[in-house]
Amino acid sequence: MTDRIAAGTWVELGSVVLPAGERAPQVPTDTQAVPLELRVKGFLVAAAALGEAAAVHTAIGRRLSGTLLAVEPPYAHGFGPPLAELLSIGPEVRAMLLDTTQPDAGHTDTGKSRSGRDE
Amino acid sequence: MGAADYREIMSQRGEIIRAAIGLDYARYVTGPLSFDYARLLADTGYDVARTAAIQRKVAVGDTPLIELHRITALARHLAPPGKGARILVKDEAANPSGSFKDRRASLSVHEARERGYAGVVAATSGNYGAAVASQAARAGLRCIVVQEAFDSRGIAQPEIAEKTRACEAYGAEVQRLSVGPELFYVFLRVLRETGFFNASLYTPYSILGIETLGAEVARQTREHTGRFPDVVIATHAGGGNVTGTARGLRAAGATETQVVAASVDLTGVHMASDRDFNRKSFTTGHTGFSVPFTSWPDRVDLPRNAARPLRFIDRFVTVTQGEVFYMTEVLAQLEGLERGPAGNTSLAAAFAIAQELPREATVVVQETEYTGAGKHPLAQLNLAKAMGITVRRGDPRENKPGTAIVLPAHPRQITVREVDLAHIRRTYLRQALKSLPEGSAPTETDLAFLAADSRADRATIEELWHEQQRTR
Repeated sequence: MTDRIAAGTWVELGSVVLPAGERAPQVPTDTQAVPLELRVKGFLVAAAALGEAAAVHTAIGRRLSGTLLAVEPPYAHGFGPPLAELLSIGPEVRAMLLDTTQPDAGHTDTGKSRSGRDE
Repeated sequence: MGAADYREIMSQRGEIIRAAIGLDYARYVTGPLSFDYARLLADTGYDVARTAAIQRKVAVGDTPLIELHRITALARHLAPPGKGARILVKDEAANPSGSFKDRRASLSVHEARERGYAGVVAATSGNYGAAVASQAARAGLRCIVVQEAFDSRGIAQPEIAEKTRACEAYGAEVQRLSVGPELFYVFLRVLRETGFFNASLYTPYSILGIETLGAEVARQTREHTGRFPDVVIATHAGGGNVTGTARGLRAAGATETQVVAASVDLTGVHMASDRDFNRKSFTTGHTGFSVPFTSWPDRVDLPRNAARPLRFIDRFVTVTQGEVFYMTEVLAQLEGLERGPAGNTSLAAAFAIAQELPREATVVVQETEYTGAGKHPLAQLNLAKAMGITVRRGDPRENKPGTAIVLPAHPRQITVREVDLAHIRRTYLRQALKSLPEGSAPTETDLAFLAADSRADRATIEELWHEQQRTR
């Protein structure tokens, strides 16, 4: 017995728009082999369990139906761990600016280099 | 839904689009191939001053122009003696939803409200969706954004996941799709269901909304340096950005400014491939859009595209993925501006082009965009690694889209690669001439239109026409 999700809960529904094998002719073979899927979020209209047919009212009040896929789906995107390939760039280019010793290497109207002043 | 419904909806595309845009493109047809581009734009009644007034009311535009002193110094350190133009950037991230797309959305949403539509729909996975959602929220209109967002394994492209969040934050309904061009069918279905306005990226409004950006760049650069910019570089995808910016520059009197289009090179990656979707590492500003849209702009959700890049581009260059990620890091580390990724494509190009030009010259990068979770080199490079793509420092010439992202070992390795505009002009002309009905020839009006639309000379057009007649 699966838990029923209460009406009014913010959920995500899914549906298949075009099944695999019925994709548009110009689509490459790897895409032909998978369905075109649609996902949309909203407030659940009536209690339902995950995997059941359900309907939502979307953020703008439209009623849409599909299969109940997720409850209060999180925003999972982020940054991930720091990367050595990026970490080294800042110190390198700052060091290059410190090396620019010619007097007009900077930008100022006085012709003096500001390079490295704020290091 | 399903294949039968797909065919039915697609067969009604003309009337669905007509109802959702309220513009009769047939009025502007002047020949089998030609249309009156100037009048299509002029009839909207929006010039730069009127657009600016509308945008000011919704807090769009008047963004800062920032001189990148330390990046300029780095470019001069690497450039031959006497070379190294000043590099400036237009901080479009200062717009309400964080990108120049607010300019396009503001005019589209204004028009939708004037025409009495109850809502707006946009088919976009990028900043434009957030911009339309933001402007619709201000205008009190409902908004639906249709995105290509995840692959068949359910893995969302992180930058698009952030756009989903942003659109939902502005109160929009977001329809997220897996990979494939049939997104257009879902988009048409939504238009038919709702009767909302089609806030297409390719309407006259969406292009005229950008003219203020070009005009501001011209005015602010002159205020700051005493002259109009020598070069303005725009990140190039569907063509709207270069078209609107170039028109705005001209309207402000900067007729001598060279307009450069810059794209990330994504050669070898298929745009409609489920497998390649999360191996692109860039969602826009790349050659997967810019080359086909420059070669044939009318591949859009409207009868005619108001973005016509060949009319306005003086030079077209590409940079590598690794070069853009590198310059994104440099912008944060040397200038204290964490921005991108989109504008940093033109920044990478600007860094190389500035080294070709004298120190007195100025190069303007005409946009930044907001950055954050998902929309960041860390998010893209970590996803790339998870997808089996090599990420390393080295020679950018070894960068291979979908296989290896090579961040330059040294900034002197950052260069631009030229895209052959003459070749693109010929591709455009062949396609146009091929679309003529069997047995008919281009009229004098058609020939004049093709010359203006491609900036090809008359001899080239006639040569291609004769070539086509021989092969028919």
